[in-house]
Amino acid sequence: MAEYFAGNVTDYADGDRKVVDCGEHEIGVFRIGDEFFAWHNRCAHRAGPVCQGRIMKRVIEPVADDRTTRTLEYDAIETNIVCPWHGYEFSIRTGRHQGSGRFRLRKADITIRGGEIYVRS
Amino acid sequence: MNLQGRIGPPYSRVQEITVHTDTRDILAHARRNAIRRGLQDMFVVDIDAHHVETVSWKEIVTYIEDPVVRDNAIRFQNERLAAPPYGLNGDLGLRYQSVGGRIPHQDGQRETVEETGVHRDVMLTRRAMDSLGVDNMVVFPTPMLFLGMHPQPEMEVWLGNAYNRWLIDRVLADDDRIKSLIYLPFNTPREAERTVKELSGKKGVIGFCVTSTRNKPVHHNDYMRLYSMIEETNKPLAFHAGYHWQDASLATVNRFLGMHALGFVWCNMVHMTNWILNGIPERFPRLKTVWVESGLAWVPFLMQRLDDQFLMRPSEAPQLKRMPSEYMNTNCFYTTQPMETTHPKALENTLEMIKAETQLLFASDWPHFDFDLPQEICDLPFLSEQAKRNILGLNAARIFNLDPTPVKKLATT
Repeated sequence: MAEYFAGNVTDYADGDRKVVDCGEHEIGVFRIGDEFFAWHNRCAHRAGPVCQGRIMKRVIEPVADDRTTRTLEYDAIETNIVCPWHGYEFSIRTGRHQGSGRFRLRKADITIRGGEIYVRS
Repeated sequence: MNLQGRIGPPYSRVQEITVHTDTRDILAHARRNAIRRGLQDMFVVDIDAHHVETVSWKEIVTYIEDPVVRDNAIRFQNERLAAPPYGLNGDLGLRYQSVGGRIPHQDGQRETVEETGVHRDVMLTRRAMDSLGVDNMVVFPTPMLFLGMHPQPEMEVWLGNAYNRWLIDRVLADDDRIKSLIYLPFNTPREAERTVKELSGKKGVIGFCVTSTRNKPVHHNDYMRLYSMIEETNKPLAFHAGYHWQDASLATVNRFLGMHALGFVWCNMVHMTNWILNGIPERFPRLKTVWVESGLAWVPFLMQRLDDQFLMRPSEAPQLKRMPSEYMNTNCFYTTQPMETTHPKALENTLEMIKAETQLLFASDWPHFDFDLPQEICDLPFLSEQAKRNILGLNAARIFNLDPTPVKKLATT
């Protein structure tokens, strides 16, 4: 399994993403806070370029004590990557689809050595 | 730092797909998967793709036949500040298909097209065909899908026919692979007949289209001469579905997800029910209808529903010599998209009831948010190899009289 250089830790600001060509594969590397995550650029739905989609906070709909709703809101913690083909949304932290655990992104190995990031396909 | 570190990370050329991204980059994975599945050697027809005709509205209005309306439209497009498309009804800003920009290609294809020898829509369609793995692509308009609800029937005639003539001149003339099911101004039957008579023989016109969002009964006697004329051409008649926020039967639906899920099916369920129960297939046995962009799950539901009710009330549909479902899977054809795939057993049953091997036609609906790919047909485990080839293109070749020789350029573009 070949290893590919994905840049330095300092190349990534919080919320950044870089898609890396790894031979026949592509891997998306994401930074959320001080954590890094790597996913194959292949949507669990139709193999679309999921890692090249928009990064967006998860949408939630708060329900009040009286069971009514008023606005949609963005989740303060959970950030999703949205497949640009069909809109499937996956947690960048877990790779799980927002609506169903049947759909998950394929994880890629990620290693940080001396401030350098490496991924394996 | 190893060697790779010294030469820099191999970042992909496209980091984020936006409304400016080239179709070939958006669909790079589709092309790769099409090659892997051997689509280069299969004849693939996409019966339902779209372009955004309102981008070219300034050109289209110059094709309006009525000289006064044409002049009014040209001045409107030239002089009115922030002019919307002249004369076009629709839902203005109620267009939420892209899920707030999450699916960029639905909002806009603002990519660079440097070739100037042909219309921009020709180039965009070529890029899509050679990325998806398609030999022939049928293009439909988009905002004009609402035109059947226009409060002025004559405006449907002027705009529908202007679009047809513009499309024939500017798009169909320049690429043999691009086809059209020409727009019929169905709310004015005599004018629809005129359209059939004048345009059915034009290059690239392989059939006719009724946009399904309309309140005209498809079984009305006013349409019998039109159906006779279409039957004589031996070209199919398509009912292209759509939604409509002003549909009173859907007035409580507040989410686009719900409106889209129901609206795109409901209109065709109503038309199909009237089509069958009024015996149109008995009256026009050689007339082939194609039911477009309603997905497939509605078909077995309606088959079961109509069959059960028909057996209890045959006196209300006395023209029928067979069960409603038998007309639905012999006289009628269906396009695949958006194919409901989350319940595989239900899909298998659906395709069996439809008689997919002979009645089903692949459609992508590119570039819309719920577009499908040819590879989805290749990957269905319960279909024979022949059935897959039929659905992907050979059924279309048969009913639209197309040359089934693959001409796409998957491997070289």
